[in-house]
Amino acid sequence: MTGPHAPAPNVLALKRDALTERLTLFSLSLPALALVVIIMVVPVVWLFWLSAFADDGSLSLVNYQRLVIQPSYGRILLATFEISALCTGICVLLGYPLAYILSQLSPRTAGLCMMGVLMPFWTSILVRTYAWLVLLQRHGLVNDWGISLGLWDKPLTLVYNFSGTLIGLIHIMLPFLVLPLYGSMRAINADYLRAAANLGASPTRAFWAVFFPLSLPGLLAGSLIVFILCLGAYVTPEMLGGGKVIMVANAIATDIQMFFNWGAASALGVVLLLLTGLVLWIAARLARLDEVFGGHGT
Amino acid sequence: MTWLSRPASATQVTHGARLWLYALAVLVMAFLVLPTLIVIPMSFSASQYLEFPPKHLSLRWYETYFHSAAWMQATATSVKAGVLTSLVATPLGTMAAYGLFSARLRWARLVSPVLLAPIIVPVILVGIGVFYAYVKLKLVNSLFGLVLAHSMLALPLVLVVVTAALRSYDFAQEQAARSLGASRPRAFMLVTLPQIRFAVVSAAVLAFLTSFDEVVVAMFISGGDNATLTRAMFDALRDQIDPTIAAISTVMIVISSTLVILAQVFGKRH
Repeated sequence: MTGPHAPAPNVLALKRDALTERLTLFSLSLPALALVVIIMVVPVVWLFWLSAFADDGSLSLVNYQRLVIQPSYGRILLATFEISALCTGICVLLGYPLAYILSQLSPRTAGLCMMGVLMPFWTSILVRTYAWLVLLQRHGLVNDWGISLGLWDKPLTLVYNFSGTLIGLIHIMLPFLVLPLYGSMRAINADYLRAAANLGASPTRAFWAVFFPLSLPGLLAGSLIVFILCLGAYVTPEMLGGGKVIMVANAIATDIQMFFNWGAASALGVVLLLLTGLVLWIAARLARLDEVFGGHGT
Repeated sequence: MTWLSRPASATQVTHGARLWLYALAVLVMAFLVLPTLIVIPMSFSASQYLEFPPKHLSLRWYETYFHSAAWMQATATSVKAGVLTSLVATPLGTMAAYGLFSARLRWARLVSPVLLAPIIVPVILVGIGVFYAYVKLKLVNSLFGLVLAHSMLALPLVLVVVTAALRSYDFAQEQAARSLGASRPRAFMLVTLPQIRFAVVSAAVLAFLTSFDEVVVAMFISGGDNATLTRAMFDALRDQIDPTIAAISTVMIVISSTLVILAQVFGKRH
């Protein structure tokens, strides 16, 4: 008979079996991992590498110095932050009431309305940007209606500038805010509100003291996602900005397409990635990211 | 008691007291939905300029689209790339979701963030990175390279959707099949896959749309005979507001909405 501490011989074999099984299962993820590593991780690391070399091939920080010294880059970074912050703020103001009302409808009606929120989500960004181009142009629908309603006299320049970019961006980002926010509002137990009302809180007070704090994780997660996506926006400022709105992504593309300056583009790309990582790190501390990204789906 | 004075929520606030909130929500919904939809009637305009409502109806912009060899070739490329992306990303993503979910290894958790990275890394960075690599590998303007890049972008969505389905799936069923003698692959194909099939189908649709709608990466690495529809549209829109784009947009809206509705309908039955 073996002692009480020596494991039975088949325990080890079973453990080994279990480990082999788990490793086999894990290996199922390797093709996907290889795809992401080869097509994305390696090229992006390569860009990091490129950004550390000057035009003559020597190791230097000249690409990063330029970002600090040249005022044009400072302006681009500032504009990117300004637009992203403004867009996020407006999305919160527009998205919160919508998510709130949606979360109070019956699941059936809310599901139908969610299709409305999801539909633009799955329409090509180009189609939607084109729609704004048409609507906001000098003799477009918005100007025509604004003038015929007497809201303004002369056609306003609504597109190919800052305001056009902002409108287009808000339209694209709003679903990203509404989806996680709606999810977190749905999860709020109505009994808390009933309890607050029961204890004499007015509807307004019950909202601010109970509902709003409980919806904060979803709101923060949603706004940080919107902010991140804004930081990397390319298509909207390119098409609706008319060359006047240059965000980081547009500057990167121009550095490559017009000047073939890989070093400068890479350095700017590294800065963009680090900023994104920083915001994401903050977001990860506030909410579970897979819930944010998994908010839509089926 | 009218609807206005009826309580609207657990806090006894009346519908009347928050009419402004309903109005705001309707306006925001309109802001989300209408701009895209307004392109549809405009695409049937007979005039040289886009008008709403169109004074005279015609199909001239659809004729321009369908009779243009360049637009047709770009459309074919986009559809091909979308289907192939779906065919690559769906199995890879499903395998990864199943493997990572059931392996339950501690360090397997390190792999998920890498697989989710393509939705987090700014797409412009992916675009120039892939472009740089493809120049070296001579894959620029090739359908193969485009499908690889789009599959990579679609992987996270497949992973998220399928993992969500696996979470609500009862693995005891698969264990039962295996204890009755089925091998793991057989148990997966006969028992697990049929149960998560709606999620897999939705994932496939989302993968198609990811590729079909993608602009930035395609702008860098697709071109020549293999330029995608979005790339061709992007180039056309830089010069002028071409009404043909309204017709193409309408076609794209119809394709996207049909697929999303199909995915939703299939998902609901689950």
